[in-house]
Amino acid sequence: MVNVTRGFRSRRFATDDRLPPGQYLTDGFPVLSAGPTPAVPQDEWSFMVRNGGQVLRSWAWDEFMALDAQDITVDIHCVTRWSRLDTTWRGVAVDDLLADVDTAAEYVLARSYGGYTTNLPLEDLLDGKAWIAYEHDGEDLPPEHGGPARLLIPHLYLWKSAKWIKSLDLVEDDDPGFWETLGYHDYGDPWREQRYQGD
Amino acid sequence: MTARRAETATASTLCLRVEDWNGHLPGQHVDVRLTAPDGYQAARSYSLAAPAAGGVDGVLEITVQRLPDGEVSAFLTDDLVVGDRLELRGPLGNWFVWQQDDPAPVLLVAGGAGLVPLMSMIRARDRAHIPTPFRLIHSVRTPDDRIYADELERLAAQPGGPSVTWLYTRTAPQTDKRRPGRLRPNDLNDGSNWTLDAAPTCFVCGPTGFVEEASNHLLAAGHHANRIRTERFGGR
Repeated sequence: MVNVTRGFRSRRFATDDRLPPGQYLTDGFPVLSAGPTPAVPQDEWSFMVRNGGQVLRSWAWDEFMALDAQDITVDIHCVTRWSRLDTTWRGVAVDDLLADVDTAAEYVLARSYGGYTTNLPLEDLLDGKAWIAYEHDGEDLPPEHGGPARLLIPHLYLWKSAKWIKSLDLVEDDDPGFWETLGYHDYGDPWREQRYQGD
Repeated sequence: MTARRAETATASTLCLRVEDWNGHLPGQHVDVRLTAPDGYQAARSYSLAAPAAGGVDGVLEITVQRLPDGEVSAFLTDDLVVGDRLELRGPLGNWFVWQQDDPAPVLLVAGGAGLVPLMSMIRARDRAHIPTPFRLIHSVRTPDDRIYADELERLAAQPGGPSVTWLYTRTAPQTDKRRPGRLRPNDLNDGSNWTLDAAPTCFVCGPTGFVEEASNHLLAAGHHANRIRTERFGGR
């Protein structure tokens, strides 16, 4: 049932078909995070893939920069209801980081500097759907947007794209991360408007 | 909507009566959704400004800052009239909340309309007569931009009331000794060390740039990152 709000008029845009339900377009790049921005210098940054607590592989900043990178243009959608279209990034595909990893895990817990976590199905990180990004708009990724490097998984709400990424932990159980523990949806598909638990 | 009152030239408080409201925590927000006759919808989040009043049918308060091209904020502050109905979802957000049984002192740092969820904490403390020490620092452009100013002055004057300090970025009252300007490191430290030694819970809310500066000043002063909770809004 739709409850029409008296006096409220429609504003439709040509880009509406790229806007998930309940979202609005913005030109800015708002910030959502729960606490202070961690300061992680590039020369102190490293990134790991772990399986059952065991480190499978890790990269220091210089090693990570030597990996094959991709230029990425994607739409992004934040659960706080803003969306941006055609944002540009550069980073390494998670497919490449997990290549030849042998695991029984079906889930991933992404961990960040500063303690943030978020949970994801492993298959959502594969097949060209996710990256570890370190440039935005042709510049180094600023700290408030997750620099030096963040997960970028644009087909889910942006809280899944963990800023200040430190590791991807392959896990067998889907344990909720930070926002998921606090009432946000475990999966977070913007096109199904999965904002909160129960959506 | 049962009432609306102007807080400043651009901000209004809306009183919303909701059936079967089960209460909320200070700091939580609601989503407000508007629907046009053709089915077009627009939704935004608004912080609750006070504990619920009014018994079984809760009366909620949200304070809306009218944005220059804000399709929802302009409708709520200009077009909505008393008696109109809205769709509302909540309460939402379980992180940026003050737990009333937490004995730790509380340092509140607000930029502009970022005061709204912090005011909910101040009002909850006052209504429940909780002695937890509270200190509010509110950064505004000019004295006319202060929301809730009369109420905050009254509460601050009461024995055991919160400490309240306003900082001005553009124009300060003539009696104000501080030179107007953006937040500075010593703005968050009154020299008493109350703020640091007491290991307060810090709640910081405002535009992104303000929250970045304020939380960095707090970290530099020695507050631990896990004692600082932030909520940001707006563009860059």
